[in-house]
Amino acid sequence: MNMLTLFQSLGRATLGALQKLGRSQIFLLHVLTGLPLLMTRPRLLLKEVYTVGVLTILLISVSGLFVGMVLALQGYNVLSDFGAEESLGVMVAASLVRELGPVVTALLFSGRAGSALTAEIGLMKATEQLAGMEMMAVDPLKRTIAPRFFAGVLSMPLLVGLFTAVGVIGGYFIGVGLLGVDQGPFWSQMQAKIDFEDDALNGLIKSLVFGVIVTWIAVFEGYDAVPTAEGVSRATTRSVVYSAFAVLGSDFLLTALMFGD
Amino acid sequence: MSPLSHDQVDSDASPRQNGPLIPILIPPDYPREAMRHDVHSDESLVSIRNLSYGYGSRVIFDDVSLDIRRGKITAIMGPSGTGKTTLLRLIGGQLRPLKGTVTLDGQDVHALRRHELYLLRKKMGMLFQSGALLTDLTVYDNVAFPLREHTHLPESMIRTLVLMKLESVGLRGARDLFPAELSGGMARRVALARAIMLDPMMLMYDEPFTGQDPISMGILVKLIHDLNKELGLTSIVVSHDVKETMAIADWVYMISGGRVVGEGTPEAMASSDSPWIQQFIEGAPDGPVPFHYPAEEYREDLLGPSAGLKSPSK
Repeated sequence: MNMLTLFQSLGRATLGALQKLGRSQIFLLHVLTGLPLLMTRPRLLLKEVYTVGVLTILLISVSGLFVGMVLALQGYNVLSDFGAEESLGVMVAASLVRELGPVVTALLFSGRAGSALTAEIGLMKATEQLAGMEMMAVDPLKRTIAPRFFAGVLSMPLLVGLFTAVGVIGGYFIGVGLLGVDQGPFWSQMQAKIDFEDDALNGLIKSLVFGVIVTWIAVFEGYDAVPTAEGVSRATTRSVVYSAFAVLGSDFLLTALMFGD
Repeated sequence: MSPLSHDQVDSDASPRQNGPLIPILIPPDYPREAMRHDVHSDESLVSIRNLSYGYGSRVIFDDVSLDIRRGKITAIMGPSGTGKTTLLRLIGGQLRPLKGTVTLDGQDVHALRRHELYLLRKKMGMLFQSGALLTDLTVYDNVAFPLREHTHLPESMIRTLVLMKLESVGLRGARDLFPAELSGGMARRVALARAIMLDPMMLMYDEPFTGQDPISMGILVKLIHDLNKELGLTSIVVSHDVKETMAIADWVYMISGGRVVGEGTPEAMASSDSPWIQQFIEGAPDGPVPFHYPAEEYREDLLGPSAGLKSPSK
């Protein structure tokens, strides 16, 4: 009997999760159909790019600077044992471009912008704003969700670029300024070893994928939230947690595909 | 055109609502008879037939049929939790009934495709209990919202229209405020101005009087009545505020336990001999609707075998 209830609840949970997965995909398709509206009214998109992207710039820059500085400190310790301090620039840049830039930016983005998106959309649902729009014959998925989604997807690669650039500068301050690495090889080795296709393009692909994943999770969790104070709070938590799992999981997959051989 | 065919046209479509939209929205092969349920529906804008709705094991409506007459204010009354708001959402096509049909202006709401439903929704306005104003927009932009979404009018004309609608609810001076700065009554009036922006033929009010002070309540009662008359609307008022609703309604439906338990003019309802309706109208604490939520016998509950061991709710 106990076994039976166990199986029942397991089945129910699995079905629930699958249903949610299905809902989220239909939701995404529906949101994508909002693209033509944004083409004709780019102002809608720009407003969201400001809230989602521009307001995240400070967080991303400061974090990027510190991550770059830490990388330089740690890298110098290891590299100097082999007398390879001059490769510090390559090491910092490669770590940032390939991994830390996209991953850390995506995690920070989900905490700063993703959670805000979830809470905002969840509250719009709880206060009947989305239902009100529907009754005014305005599709909330196209009018409200689509601009936020595309703003997130557009902002992420730009933020990743910013994070990486500021990180390299942070590495330069510490490596060249503090630890006394020669700045000639620092830059020239970086220039020679960082490949556009292998490194920059792959980083860009990662950032685009993370942008879609994180923003999709954020807007869907908001839209799918139980429209109460508790429901929105849970949805916001789920948004950040699922984003972290999804980013780290897909990062492993992408890395294996891109750099695995 | 011969007089005969002219007559036919007239009897087939009432002048205002059935105008040019019908031929566009209804496919030519759609059986016209299907849109006419009985003699009644010619004068009714909304016909609900054998509607059942519920979720999980909970039944909210069980075989409900009712009609909303054109040009009138129809009140739908009943205790809290009887699904009055759900009924409005079913009419607006936001929810799908388990059984039965909702026909609005000759169209089966739930048989429409998405874009047809959205076209139909432009002809109806709904006033949500909270107002449902967009919190990131000013009063002005909220009222202008439907126009900006659905039309390409120049800004100067939008301004004129918005100010006209705001004037009609007495809030022209509040145009620069944000929803958070409005009182509940003002928010509902702004929402009302927004709901009439596209000149709908029908307005649905979801508990318009709940939580209002007497003055706001009086203003809303007057607005609902005057707007209905002056704009030639059809109004559905869902409410449990007996006095206010009875004062303006032309026809009242009483709903309880998922069924229509009575209908008639407010006067007829007030003199109804049904004990349930009397209890509702007079607000008596006990009667056919018991004061107590169903529970096991009191004495047994206190002294019974489970007493002191565990509470019955577990």
